[in-house]
Amino acid sequence: MSNLKFSEDHEWILVEGDIGTVGITTFAQQQLGDVVYVEVPEVGVTVTKGGEAAVVESVKAASEIYAPLDGEILESNQGLADDPAAVNNDPQGEGWFFKMKIADPGQLDGLMDEAAYNTFIETQS
Amino acid sequence: MTDHATEPRKTALYALHVELGGKMVPFAGYALPVQYADGGILLEHQQARESAALFDLSHMGQVRITGADRVAALEALVPADVAGLAAGNTRYSFFTNETGGILDDLMITQAQDSLILVINAACKEADIAHMRANLRGDVHLEVLDQLSLLALQGPKSAEVLGQWVPELTTMPFMSVRDVRIAGIDCRVSRSGYSGEDGYEIAMASDQAEAFARKLLAHDAVSPSGLGARDSLRLEAGLCLYGHDIDTTTTPVEAGLTWAIQKRRRTEGGFPGAEIIRKQLSDGVSRRRVGLQPEGRAPCREGTELVDDSGRVIGAITSGGFGPTVGAPVAMGYLETASAETGTIVQAMVRGKPRPCEVVKLPFVPNNFYRG
Repeated sequence: MSNLKFSEDHEWILVEGDIGTVGITTFAQQQLGDVVYVEVPEVGVTVTKGGEAAVVESVKAASEIYAPLDGEILESNQGLADDPAAVNNDPQGEGWFFKMKIADPGQLDGLMDEAAYNTFIETQS
Repeated sequence: MTDHATEPRKTALYALHVELGGKMVPFAGYALPVQYADGGILLEHQQARESAALFDLSHMGQVRITGADRVAALEALVPADVAGLAAGNTRYSFFTNETGGILDDLMITQAQDSLILVINAACKEADIAHMRANLRGDVHLEVLDQLSLLALQGPKSAEVLGQWVPELTTMPFMSVRDVRIAGIDCRVSRSGYSGEDGYEIAMASDQAEAFARKLLAHDAVSPSGLGARDSLRLEAGLCLYGHDIDTTTTPVEAGLTWAIQKRRRTEGGFPGAEIIRKQLSDGVSRRRVGLQPEGRAPCREGTELVDDSGRVIGAITSGGFGPTVGAPVAMGYLETASAETGTIVQAMVRGKPRPCEVVKLPFVPNNFYRG
């Protein structure tokens, strides 16, 4: 059973069992503008909730992408090296950043569901 | 010191920018579009390289200097040959300080009975104060705050303006004309900050929106914001004041000696002239260079440059992604021994060394009108 959750830093995580696929939301990519480079994490790296996991560079600036949960990086989207624009064009599909093993599924309760996230972004000017 | 309002100032095109979907950001005290909703920096940049991009430059300062002593007075502040600048022409220069550093860069236009200067928005208060304090003799300075300034940049610019005033298509690069375009009085210079053929156009602010709309009605024209303006000038190897040039950089270090005409190099008579003359004869300890990072990660302003032993040998002063190059591009200063084209230096990005090659500027060949 899959489950889509959102963080306040505008990351989404698609949960299947104890594996989560992480990317940034449509709102986030709109704020960033054209993405020109993504630094994805190395496989095997341990990440903590709220800790830096990746870097996304737009034309104008670099932005940090945070891990939404504690865990370990299982896979990174190597396709972004050749097609960073996928983050803009398909942020919740082809623009995924990394897959991680979720260390503590209880932490999912601290994330928003889609309805809560949509309400949340209305408060962001 | 006066308190500045926290609200950014608006140019005459503010409402138009918002209507066009401009993403407004504060810049030099003004609200300006960094990009537009239907565009984005990559598209707006490409527009200037392939078609005609319209920029609002009205935040910049425009001043007129009149009086019998105006040429000599200005020459005492800039290393340009103003006396030798023929009427109807414009020239790039800079205000220097006593240590040969740069206070601001600017464009100087020789109008028939006056000099017209365009100065950076962030420096305009300081520049005006500098001129009021230091212009000597029969000189009068007027701030032209009733004027707006637009730029139309790109290979189709000439065709666009030519539909109203055909002579504008053949005006020489760096020449200036007072013309009436679509019923609006304009001062037009064939100049710009993109490396492409293009024009910078001043008109009364109460006509600026109407003028912009007339240009935008042409199929070849679309609006471009600050983001594209920056990526264009970086690919063109042009300096941004406060980043690539400032009070600590001399024109010789910055590679801008071409803007100090021969007579001024030998005669001096501007602040820092002796220091600059010495650098011209003896050389400089560091130089502004172009840098091509290997791979796709941008290397940005402030990034330290080190040699293979890890010794700091310079820093990046402008860096980002070059949409036309399709890769990251940067400019910075390197100690002279490492500044030769082809040298590989390391940019320390997020704690890791990223190789960069010293390359000739510009990154993209320029397309200035050559007749």
